[in-house]
Amino acid sequence: MPEPTTGTDLDQAPRRGRPDDGRARLATAIRRPASRGQVVAGALLAVLGFAAVTQVRSNEQDDNFVGARQGDLIQFINNLSLASQRAETEIAELQETRESLGNDTEARRTALALARRQASTLGILAGTVPAVGPGIRATVTGGGTGVGSDQLLNGLQELRDAGAEVIEINDSVRVVAQTSLQDTANGGVLVDGTALEPPYVIEAIGDPSDLSVALDFTGGFVSDVQSVGGKVTVDKLDKVDIMSVRKPRKPEYAEPASTG
Amino acid sequence: MIAAIGLLLGVLLGLLLQPTVPAWLDPYLPIAVVAALDAVFGALRAFLDGIFDDKVFVVSFVSNVLIAALIVYLGDKLGVGGQLSTGVIVVLGIRIFSNVAAIRRHIFHA
Repeated sequence: MPEPTTGTDLDQAPRRGRPDDGRARLATAIRRPASRGQVVAGALLAVLGFAAVTQVRSNEQDDNFVGARQGDLIQFINNLSLASQRAETEIAELQETRESLGNDTEARRTALALARRQASTLGILAGTVPAVGPGIRATVTGGGTGVGSDQLLNGLQELRDAGAEVIEINDSVRVVAQTSLQDTANGGVLVDGTALEPPYVIEAIGDPSDLSVALDFTGGFVSDVQSVGGKVTVDKLDKVDIMSVRKPRKPEYAEPASTG
Repeated sequence: MIAAIGLLLGVLLGLLLQPTVPAWLDPYLPIAVVAALDAVFGALRAFLDGIFDDKVFVVSFVSNVLIAALIVYLGDKLGVGGQLSTGVIVVLGIRIFSNVAAIRRHIFHA
């Protein structure tokens, strides 16, 4: 901005040394900056820039409510409270759902645990899982002297009576409900299709003293074996490991009858 | 040149200081900025016309800002602040457009 003008209009002829054209004037102003007009304009433009930037920044911060009327604000607040009410209702519903889902999960977990326990109990009874516990080991020696299926059957019966829960013969055959015994031609015993040779080792899980008493009374297993020339040694054990299992067989004819 | 530097300085200052707008100034600042913008474009046009006067510029700048703020204030008091603000913006916008058109004719001769 060059020398201050005195308000002459553009139609006048250009004065001496004075640019007559807007572009030339601008170029002169950029080349020769130090005039009072420029300083004043610079100061005002600084104010303008400052204010504009401030306004832009504050506008970016919250452009929703600046310059909003009272009515608009009340409307905003109403909308917000309605929205928050809806949100609260939704929260309550979701919490209810979550609770019921939690209950469902809990019930399912309980049922599952129950089923697992039952499955392991039944597995022990059916002989499909290994078992461990206190019990006895009865070793029957005297092979070829007539100890056969009769005596073993007797012994197993006595053990069952005394509450033996799991029985195993010779670490190889698990005795279950369907177990059958059969004498073989060479003096051994066929238990569930497995040929066993003496000495027979019968392991049973149950109350050790009950089981040993059950085998030992007069006319019981021990004396029965002795009468045919054999010998029985009964050991009470704190821990009997019965590892042999059998595969569950699907019943061919029997079906569960509905109890209802 | 100094004017451009001043503008840059103001923008930088605003960016660096990051001032918050006081609440009482909140409704007036946008209008005031637009009014000042109008004054600046008017001044640029006058400069290109060769009739620039720094005193006129200062007075028009300040009075523009004050009148714009006053109109908004009055509108707020009368309950038509929003509409009046819009009106002021429209008028100032038209003026800015016509000034810019004149500036354009000067610079581009078109």
